[in-house]
Amino acid sequence: MSPLQGCLLFSALLFATGFAGAVTRRHAILVLVGIELMLNAANLNLIAFWRFGPHPEALTGFIFVLFSMALAAAEAAVGLALVIAIYRHKRTSNLDEVKELKG
Amino acid sequence: MNWIVQYLWLIPVLPLVAAGIIAVNKQPQRKLAATLAIGAMAAGSLLSLCAFYATLGHGEGVYREVYSFNWLQFGGTDNWLQLGWVLDPLTAIMLVMVTFVGMLIFIFSVGYMAHDPNFMRFFCFLALFASGMLGVVIANNLFLFFVSWEIVGLTSYLLIGFWYHKPSAAAAAKKAFITTRIGDLGLLLGMVWLYAQTGTLNFYDHGHGCMETTALTAMAAHVTIGGLAVSTMVGLLIFLGAVGKSGQVPLHVWLPDAMEGPTPVSALIHAATMVAAGVFLVARVYPLMSQSPLFGAGLYLDSTPMLQVITWVGAITAIFAASIAVAQNDIKRILAYSTVSQLGYMMMGIGVGGVAVGMFHLITHAFFKALLFLGSGSVIHGCHEEQDVRKMGGLKKYMPVTFAVYAIGMLALSGFPLFFSGFWSKDEILHHASNWSVSHVPFYLGCTGALFTAFYMTRQVALVFFGSYRGQDEASSHGHTDHAHAHSAHDHTPHESPAVMTVPLMILAVFAILLGVIGTPAWPWFDSYLTGEAAKFDLGKLTEHGTLSLMVTSAIIVFTGLGLGWLLYGNRLRKTAGEKDVLEAAQPAVFKLLQNKYYIDELYELTVIRLNAFAARLCDFLDRWIFGGVVLAVSYLFLGLAWLYRLMDEYLVNLGFDAGCDSLRESGSGLSKLHSGRVQTYLRVIGVALVLLIIFLIWGHKA
Repeated sequence: MSPLQGCLLFSALLFATGFAGAVTRRHAILVLVGIELMLNAANLNLIAFWRFGPHPEALTGFIFVLFSMALAAAEAAVGLALVIAIYRHKRTSNLDEVKELKG
Repeated sequence: MNWIVQYLWLIPVLPLVAAGIIAVNKQPQRKLAATLAIGAMAAGSLLSLCAFYATLGHGEGVYREVYSFNWLQFGGTDNWLQLGWVLDPLTAIMLVMVTFVGMLIFIFSVGYMAHDPNFMRFFCFLALFASGMLGVVIANNLFLFFVSWEIVGLTSYLLIGFWYHKPSAAAAAKKAFITTRIGDLGLLLGMVWLYAQTGTLNFYDHGHGCMETTALTAMAAHVTIGGLAVSTMVGLLIFLGAVGKSGQVPLHVWLPDAMEGPTPVSALIHAATMVAAGVFLVARVYPLMSQSPLFGAGLYLDSTPMLQVITWVGAITAIFAASIAVAQNDIKRILAYSTVSQLGYMMMGIGVGGVAVGMFHLITHAFFKALLFLGSGSVIHGCHEEQDVRKMGGLKKYMPVTFAVYAIGMLALSGFPLFFSGFWSKDEILHHASNWSVSHVPFYLGCTGALFTAFYMTRQVALVFFGSYRGQDEASSHGHTDHAHAHSAHDHTPHESPAVMTVPLMILAVFAILLGVIGTPAWPWFDSYLTGEAAKFDLGKLTEHGTLSLMVTSAIIVFTGLGLGWLLYGNRLRKTAGEKDVLEAAQPAVFKLLQNKYYIDELYELTVIRLNAFAARLCDFLDRWIFGGVVLAVSYLFLGLAWLYRLMDEYLVNLGFDAGCDSLRESGSGLSKLHSGRVQTYLRVIGVALVLLIIFLIWGHKA
């Protein structure tokens, strides 16, 4: 098994874990955590393809991932802010109870 | 053009405005109503006097000014129906009479109707009536005349039925309205025919009017059915209107019944003005009536076919009604028949002697008959709404003022020589009747009528004012407890009326005496005023042409009537109310015939009314079974169609639509379930779809 395959396998596991978390958890923050996991699985893929690809000296994948992480941080901040706003409004963070945009 | 001619319209419009203001006001403002109505009449009197003044002092020819304006266009561009008014002596004298007598009667009404809850309504109608009557007087146009004439008819109906809760009053109002309507139909037909012949309805229009030579000659030359000239036929139809309104035989039946209205109404409408409007109409269209086909245009004769008809109708009415009056017991009915009879004299006067003769009697009669009616109103008021002369008596003692003025009115009506106006005006008529070229019968009829007149008036005055009061036993036995009269708390002796009622009476009494002066044979001012010549004072005229002998004859007739009346009623005063009449004791059959008015009402009941009822039943039958059946069949047809449509609607259209709606709604609700709002469900779907997509891609790649 080549290092690339190992990385991809790990990334797939990470994505599956994140997806399962995002789909099954009821707490909004845990859903966000799952989403972060999936994002990082994607980042891992990017890094792996860059590192074991034909031009590892070009640093393209690295820069890409750096951007992606910055974006993920911003997205997490927005996501958390939303969760807090919803909590303040509805007195809950259970996503089953937050199913209407109205109100 | 004199300024008054342009503003002549104000005279009828003022009372109209007053009536309008009273009508929109609320009930309790009695003072305002009376002030407005009387004020309108007073202003009208002043304007009328101005108009009268304007017509004076034109030595040669008749003063006549007209004012016309276009009103309604029809047919071609030049076909205008005009309205307008005319000022000539005939109008002026009528205006003065109507406004002045009207004003006095309005004032009297304030006292007479003081206790009536519908005071406002009364004055509203009175003012409306005055407006219509003045419209009749000033109209220079048969159309405007007709409109005003119908307003007058309407208000007459409203006022006769003023106490409409009394069935007799309601019936009398209907009778008056319907009977006069028969005459009015004639007038309308005459009007239409006149328009068809001459193309104008203006009386006078600077040579183009229908009462002027050109039109009259054309009409007289035109022969129609029965070999009569068109002018005669039109005249006959118009005269029919006058017969209805003025209560001439055979359409007189409504006038005595009209006495169901309040007494001021009887005085104003059914004695002084409205009923005289018929005579005024004949006077207005006199040129038409006196137009003879045989003698060419402009030659007025006293024996044209139309004038003969007028004379005969008038003479028959005069004697006929006077004889009925002899046997009546209701104080107002006696006066009503007397009015009918006097109207007959006026007609006869116009027929035999021309406009001036008839109009002179109209004017004097208006004053003394208004006086008599208002006097009877005062008597009725004083006797607590009692109208039966048998239950009165001895009122001379209780009501001295009323007695004095009533006696003046009675003497004027009877034609007491020299001092009373009725003598001169009636004498004028008899004088012309005795010189009539056609026949002397109207003269004899008139003389007999005069005898009757003097007789029944003496009878009435003797029964009412002399002897002892006979209402007492009647009143006490019935005990009038429900009487809403203000004086019912007092004892039942009669009382004198308040000043607001007696003062107009006194003014009328003065005129009842003085008016005779303007038309004596020695100084025929009235005659020359109407014909436009200068009046000359000439005592010698009194003895010319048998005038003096006629005056003596008529004086003898009057004295005979008065004496006979006094002998039968004044000398042997009745003691109780139930006692038989003297005449009834002597001649029961004749008295009964007279008391029942020659059974004219019964005759109409048997003939005209039965025919009418039969026609009504026939129409009812036709309506109910034939036209009604057709209508019913059509309606059932449509009912069936409608039923069919309803079925189609309910079962085809509605159900199909409902089904479509239901299916739409169900599919919508199915779709809406997908949108649960649960983000994780969406995510799950996305995940499953992604997996499926990947599987598909991989599989597809391999294949």
